[in-house]
Amino acid sequence: MSEHILSSKLYYGIWITLMVLTVVTAWVATIDLGPFNTVIALLIASSKALLVILFFMHVKYSSEKLTKMVIIASIFWLLILLSLSLTDYGTRYIPHG
Amino acid sequence: MRFRLRRRWWLSDSPITAEQHGPELRHHFATVEQQRDAASLGMWLFLATEIMFFGGMFCAYLIYRMWYFNEFAAGSRSLNLKWGTINTIVLICSSLTVALGVRAAQMGKRKLLVILLVLTIVFGFAFLGIKGIEWYDKYKEHHIPGASFNADDIVQDYPQIHIDQRHEQIYFSLYFAMTGLHALHMIIGVGIFAFLLYYAWKGRYTPGYYTPIELGGLYWHFVDIVWIYLFPLLYLIDRKPLR
Repeated sequence: MSEHILSSKLYYGIWITLMVLTVVTAWVATIDLGPFNTVIALLIASSKALLVILFFMHVKYSSEKLTKMVIIASIFWLLILLSLSLTDYGTRYIPHG
Repeated sequence: MRFRLRRRWWLSDSPITAEQHGPELRHHFATVEQQRDAASLGMWLFLATEIMFFGGMFCAYLIYRMWYFNEFAAGSRSLNLKWGTINTIVLICSSLTVALGVRAAQMGKRKLLVILLVLTIVFGFAFLGIKGIEWYDKYKEHHIPGASFNADDIVQDYPQIHIDQRHEQIYFSLYFAMTGLHALHMIIGVGIFAFLLYYAWKGRYTPGYYTPIELGGLYWHFVDIVWIYLFPLLYLIDRKPLR
């Protein structure tokens, strides 16, 4: 957090980008792209989340490096949870029915 | 009071004297910036625990989605895409009003801050209202997991795919658990913003002291990010045209 005040134009720009990405993600989902539907949906969601974190939550302009470290560490920790769980459950017998 | 402040200054080892800073700076911080950074860091540590809290649910979601993809895709199709998209847009608008509200607080524009906080609360209620409509539709369709669960309508829509109703219940259990937990966070967020609105209206927040607005904003944006992921994961699993 810093006392640096961002221009309202920047906030409106981020807002419009987020709106466009929302409409795009809902529209792309109706096109058959095979496994890439999920990939694109997650990429769009992640870029929206990144925009919110960097600009709305002021992380890009934060002078405190510790804040950034907490964010990166918690995302890393979440990825450990998800990836290690999936390496276990993904390689087990898949129960059908 | 004045006498006590001066006495403390004489007794204190601190390089900062009571006379050199405004009332917003607590005496154990060197500068206002350090105080703000400390508050922000504390909030981010709380949000890290929230990431793990929601992370457990996302993990359960991923495992069951991998195992029972057909049921998840069919369940996702039965959700109302129009309401889901509108709710995403409502939340993004509320995030904008929050970001502009923090900016208004930084510039000391009390009236603008009050208006933006009211707008945020209105968007919050709009989101919860739409969520309520969606849940009521699911209730009418018997898609709430439990004794009266019945997904015959979903099974009939997919004659070529085998759909197990027990696995369909898992999708809807996760749907209600995840959107329910998110809605609970929204209700808490509206409560926090009602509190902020009351004190903003009374003029407590100044360009020197707006930490509660900033921290409340961080919480609101976090809840928005959770929805940004919930929307594609729950609503957009499979929206391709059926062959």
